[in-house]
Parts: sequence; C-alpha cells; structure tokens
Amino acid sequence: MKDFLLVFRNDFASIPKGSPEELQALTKKWMDWVGGITAQNKLTDRGSSLAGGGKVVRPNNVITDGPYTEIKEVVGGYTIVKAETIEEAAELASGCPIFNYGGNVEVREINVM
Amino acid sequence: MEQQELIPHLFRTEYRKITAVLCKLFGISHIEIAEDIASDTFLLASETWGYKGLPENPVAWLYKVASNKAKDYFKRDVLFHQKIAAQISNSFTGTGEIAIDLSDKNIVDSQLQMMFAICHPSIPVNAQIGLSLRILCGFGIEEIADAFLTNKETINKRLFRAKETLRIEKVKIEFPNKQEINKRLEAVLITLYLLFNEGYYSSSQNIPLRQDLCLEAMRLTHLLIQNPSTNEPSINALMALMCFHSSRFEARIDKKGDPVLYQDQDTGLWNQELIAKGMYYLGQASQGNEISKYHLEANIAYWHTVKEDTEEKWEGILQLYNQLLQVEYSPIAALNRTYALSKANGKPEAIIAAEKLKLIDNHLYHSLLGELYTNIDNVKAVMHFKTALKLAKSVADKTIISNKILELSVQSN
Repeated sequence: MKDFLLVFRNDFASIPKGSPEELQALTKKWMDWVGGITAQNKLTDRGSSLAGGGKVVRPNNVITDGPYTEIKEVVGGYTIVKAETIEEAAELASGCPIFNYGGNVEVREINVM
Repeated sequence: MEQQELIPHLFRTEYRKITAVLCKLFGISHIEIAEDIASDTFLLASETWGYKGLPENPVAWLYKVASNKAKDYFKRDVLFHQKIAAQISNSFTGTGEIAIDLSDKNIVDSQLQMMFAICHPSIPVNAQIGLSLRILCGFGIEEIADAFLTNKETINKRLFRAKETLRIEKVKIEFPNKQEINKRLEAVLITLYLLFNEGYYSSSQNIPLRQDLCLEAMRLTHLLIQNPSTNEPSINALMALMCFHSSRFEARIDKKGDPVLYQDQDTGLWNQELIAKGMYYLGQASQGNEISKYHLEANIAYWHTVKEDTEEKWEGILQLYNQLLQVEYSPIAALNRTYALSKANGKPEAIIAAEKLKLIDNHLYHSLLGELYTNIDNVKAVMHFKTALKLAKSVADKTIISNKILELSVQSN
C-alpha cells in the first residue's frame, strides 16, 4: 500500500452559502465520504481544511496577499489515503462532496524517498 | 448465607484480596507463594468451619490465618527469608516479625497496583486477561479455561509463562509515576475492555460465568474510578459502555441460552438502573476534552438503549462510527458503520459502500450484505446468506442465518 495525497481545489465563490441546515447537510456528506474511506481501512490521515486567504512568499522577500479567493481552484484542504495504485486512489476520490459545487480533487502519490 | 454458599462467596471476594496484599509484600517473583498461602487459608477454612461451625467474623478469621501462614512461611523458609528480607525491611515490626497489613486501604492499593503489574506491556493481552481473572478476580483455572473455550493445561501454561515474564522483566508492584500513568492506564483499559467482551460476546454456554466476567470487569473499572489518580475521563467512558451493554444482559439470551437479536428483545428486561448508571458515568466522562474510543463506543451503546428507530438515532450512530473508525479501524466497526449508513442514508448507498469493504472471509460481512439486499435483490440476498452460513462457526450464528434464508424462501414462494 502506498500513500496518496488528495488535494481539494475549489472555487470559493461557488461554495454554497446556504442555511445552517444546508451547511449541516454538506458537513454530513464530507463526514460520510471520509467515513466510507475509513471503513475500507484506507485512510492514512484525515488531513484538514484550509482557511481562505493567506500569504504568498516569493524570492527577495516579496510577500503578497493571496491566493485571491476570486481565482478558481484554490486549495481548500487535503487528506491522505492508502491505495495499491493511483487508479485505486482516484477511485477513492470519486464520490467526494466537492464535485457537488464545482471543485476537483488532485490525486498525487507521496514519494517516500 | 448458608455455609456451603459462604465459602465460595468468600473465596470469590477474599482470595484476591489476600493474594494481592501478599504479592505486594513479597514482590512479583513470589506470586505463587502468595497464591499458595491464600489457597491454603481457604482449605483450612473449609475443614475447620466444617466441624467447628462458622467463626464469628469469617473474613477476620481468614485474614488472621493468612497472616499467620505468611509469617510461618517466612520463618521456615530461610532462602525466601533472605531473598525478600531486604525489600520488605520496612514491614518488620520491632520484634523481628513481619507485619501483614490487611486494612481496606492496603487491600485496595495492592489490588490497583497488581492491576498495573499484570497489565504490563511485556505480557500478551490474552495472558493479561487470564492473570487478571486468576489474581484480581479469584477465578479458578477451570473457569478461566471455560471462558476462553479451551482446556486447563493451556491456561496453566499461559499463566505460567506470564508469571515468568513478570519475573524476568522485574515488574514492580507499584503505581506507575505520573508521566507513565496514562500510557500504562491505556493498557489496563484494554485488558478490562477485553475482559468485559470475553464475558459479553463469548460463545461459552456458561451464562452465569459470562455474567460474572462482565461484573468483575466492572468491579475492577470501578476500583480505578474510586482512586483519584486513575479517575480519568476514559475510565468513566469505559464504565458507561459496560453499564449500557450489561443493561441488556437479561434480554439478549433466552432461557435456553440462545442469543436473542436486538430487534427481538423484550425492552421490559432491559435494566433501567444500569442505563441510568451508564448515563451518570457518561456525564463524568465528558469532563475534559479527551475523546477516546471508549467515549465513542459508550455513546453508540447509549443510542442502543433507545429502542425506537429515529432519524436522529441512526444519524448519531453513523457519525459516531465515522469517528470511531478514524480513532481505530476494526472490521466489526466498519460493518456496523455500514449498517448504520443503511439506516441513516438508505440501503442503495449502503450497498455500494458495503461492496467496497471486501471482507469476504467474514461471515458477518455476508450477513450484512444479505440483510442489505433483502427486498432489493432477494436472489443476491440469499446468495450472501448462504456464504455466511458456510463461514459461520458457532451453532447460534448458523441458526440465525438459516432462519434468514428460510424467511426469504418463504417470501419468494
């Protein structure tokens, strides 16, 4: 089994800003999705979601605000899963609630060397 | 209490106290001597009380005799005397005799310290359970063998090896220091949890014995709760879990000793007092920020004390299993989670999730799939139940599965 990083990217602007009930339903979808991976004993690290905004540091001490939330595909969080192959890891990513609001999941094998 | 009942009763309650105190005094290397003295004391009691009648205070009599026997042993056995004289020098009285402290406080302290010694990480877990049953609970070898569904020789060997390990590792009978206590407590909790499960889930037909195992696990857990330095939230959570589970003890086994499925249980037989106790300990467990697997399991067990199927109940159970699996994966938790998923989110979603688990060697897995496919695809349901029947080992499990197949075939005709 190898570890794979799942990077969740989405367009912050398109995240539903619904009622508390709708947000609760969304939270449940995430918990059930992760629960499904855990039930297959394929979760390495639950990971975290990331707060919006931040800083980008460039050479020569150039520090700017960003990434701007207006741009599409901001990294919104990560999870680490276990799988035999990258195909299997990609299969685990299917059903991720992020697809319901226009996001995507990048699947990358973690290099142990 | 009649005399013939009194001796076994006292054996159960006092043997372990005498053993713990003597063991604490002599050190773990001399665990057999402590056991021998305790056993001899009871032998003498059954002989003497038989023709002289009961003493006024049987417990005090036992302690007195055990103390004298220990002192005699100490005088007689020079080698033993030399070996342990150094380590127990502060237990000598002015007259050169050893003092044997059988006060309530020393008994409880000795038992708690023995608990930590027995649950030492160097000993395999099932040997820890065996030793706990022998030393802390005063169970006979035969009873332990019965509980583990094995024979006396196996248990004797297992206990012998465990005692050897305690000797070699020079495990001390003492409270672990503050830094270590939480880690060591974790090992104690695992043993108590398994001791309880041994009684609760064992397929042994000896129902009173199984119930005793559960009660003993609860008694030992209670000792830890009463002691301020071990009264941690996770201990209270474990106690809550045990209370909730054991509240159904009467209802889950019928008169013939066969298991009664949860949905068929008579809720009138559920012990409300134990449920209330469970609620109390769950409340105690919530002090602090720690969420151990015992917290999650106790909360799941709480929901099972509510018979009525509500959306809230199954959603609650599902999320608790989602969390539990992250703390500690186990196939049984994965299966239970998937069952909860079917109740909370519907069968079609649960079938997709279940097919991914691929626990194909587990009869419970096929039983779950059979259950999920029932009334959705009965051909598949029967197929899975038949696989489950082939994999199941106990008669009780086979009966339950056969009944499911029968129900489905009656339905389809």
